[in-house]
Amino acid sequence: MSHRHVSTADSLLAFYDLLIIGAGPAGMAAAIEATRAGARVVILDENPRPGGQIYREITRNVPAHRPYLGPDYWKGKALAEAFTGTNADYVPGATVWSMESQGEGVEKGNCVVGISLGGVARMIEASAVILATGAIERPMPIPGWTLPGVLTAGAAQIALKSAGVVPQGPIVLAGCGPLLYLLATQLLDAGVSNMTLLDTSDPNRRLAALRHLPGFLVSPYLLKGLTLLLKAKRSIHIVSGIRSLAIVGKEDVEGVRFTTARGHETVSANSVLLHQGVIPAINLASAAGCALKWNEVQRTFQPASDEVGCTSARGIYVAGDGAGIGGALAAEVSGRIAAITALSNIGTVAQHAVVGKLKRLRHERRRYLRGRAFLDVLYAPQQEFLTPSDPQTIVCRCEEITAGQVRDAIALGPPGPNQLKTFIRCGMGPCQGRLCATTVTEIMAGERGTNPSEIGTYRLRSPVKPVRLAELARLPHRPSALMAVTGRDPVDHHTTNKETHHD
Amino acid sequence: MLNRLRDLRDPVHFSFDGVPMQAERGDTLAVALLAAGVNHVRRTGISGAARGPYCLMGVCFECLVTVDGVQNRQACLIEVDDEMDVLSQQGAPSLPMPVDDGEGSKQ
Ligand code: FES
Repeated sequence: MSHRHVSTADSLLAFYDLLIIGAGPAGMAAAIEATRAGARVVILDENPRPGGQIYREITRNVPAHRPYLGPDYWKGKALAEAFTGTNADYVPGATVWSMESQGEGVEKGNCVVGISLGGVARMIEASAVILATGAIERPMPIPGWTLPGVLTAGAAQIALKSAGVVPQGPIVLAGCGPLLYLLATQLLDAGVSNMTLLDTSDPNRRLAALRHLPGFLVSPYLLKGLTLLLKAKRSIHIVSGIRSLAIVGKEDVEGVRFTTARGHETVSANSVLLHQGVIPAINLASAAGCALKWNEVQRTFQPASDEVGCTSARGIYVAGDGAGIGGALAAEVSGRIAAITALSNIGTVAQHAVVGKLKRLRHERRRYLRGRAFLDVLYAPQQEFLTPSDPQTIVCRCEEITAGQVRDAIALGPPGPNQLKTFIRCGMGPCQGRLCATTVTEIMAGERGTNPSEIGTYRLRSPVKPVRLAELARLPHRPSALMAVTGRDPVDHHTTNKETHHD
Repeated sequence: MLNRLRDLRDPVHFSFDGVPMQAERGDTLAVALLAAGVNHVRRTGISGAARGPYCLMGVCFECLVTVDGVQNRQACLIEVDDEMDVLSQQGAPSLPMPVDDGEGSKQ
């Protein structure tokens, strides 16, 4: 058996028991679990092949050709093979632009999802949806971060995994967190030299992290972390205690200026790789009306969900890093948990039959999460790199809105990020706030002396990803499509505008 | 700004702003461009600043290019193909954006 590869919108079914968004570890595991239980499953993904970002190109890579990717990467191989063996409908290259869970009004199921595939928009329905949208890099707004030649560390890893390409030296890696060191050692193993690592982690965090130390000491992170650090320290020029950073260059990266206790310095660079942790990709959950909550330890909003992945929206579940950062192994388990929960809620499997299994899986996930809190606290980003003090620093890359403009607009007293957005267009470009939402919230919290949880984040509506108008216009004008496109219920509309006149 | 660790084994031929280029089959267009030495794929509508792919995972929209006449394609989400005609974009992308705070939903 092998999954059905769907490449055109009209070869999708109109209805599925379970629709999964994202083919990373959580999504693939959810598909495996759900198809095993006999559910009709579709899995939509933006990328050309399964694996998500962590296991990017895992189906085509072999250790002999890319040994530098390391053992954690190759763990994805078995999972991807099991996924390929399911009878799920697998839809790569798909854009999901709207999602809604409805209590009634839909014959079967209660989730309506707007997708675009091969230039054609289509609405499909499902009894349950699992959002396995993964993580994005936490934005790191510093002067010059929009210059060509700057990539996120995640992007450099994607390039390495998917194409065996490496940034041109001299390379500067700047920021904090384990991924930055992992990338540095992967590049080393791939034969890259001439790297400088500017570590922005805050030495004052060490004390705060101490109370999470016991969990870390018994976790596999300890050994991995030490190995990485030792290797990196031997071969890379590492500068710690970074207080400020600026990427310099006219039309391309030319170097990085930084400040430490010893003063200012500049290193030349052709490529700059930025990273200060990852945060859940929440845009789709947010647009679907799932309540969000602030995670103080990870300093991010995430969909509010319970232990088994239920969100505040009926029929919508979250799994993996998109539900809160936990790493690939925890993501895989949480994908299985969400699938089992969804299927037992829609009646595909009996509730009592899965109690024991869910318990075992939750126990397994706790084991994988051990040690993370220590890393989260130790590598929490420094304030300067969350809320840039230089007023010229671009915050919203799309609309080129600077930190100074954001602060000026905040001084005018908008109640929250949504109103600020209409004042200065911050977050209104094509990325729809993905690259500025956290910064705007952090700056606003800072200016008002309050916690980000009080500030909130952008409220989103569909289309949650840009779709061509022509595609939307060609959708059959069914109520679900009208609702997804216009954001309001066409049935109400008819009642008030037409039928009342007829009476 | 990207260098290949191995020579091309299964080359794909495409063009960017009329200049012929090569990439490895299976590469995303964004990686293909960066590995072919193209760092500037577009200019912004506001200041005219040069931009290039940034996240390579569909999030930042810095990689928007015109592919075979279709504007605003995310180069990091599509695979490069033979005879692909890729153009840089100048100025603001013209895309239907989500509506904000009820304004657009009244139309
Ligand atoms: S490089 Fe970020 S969306 Fe393509």
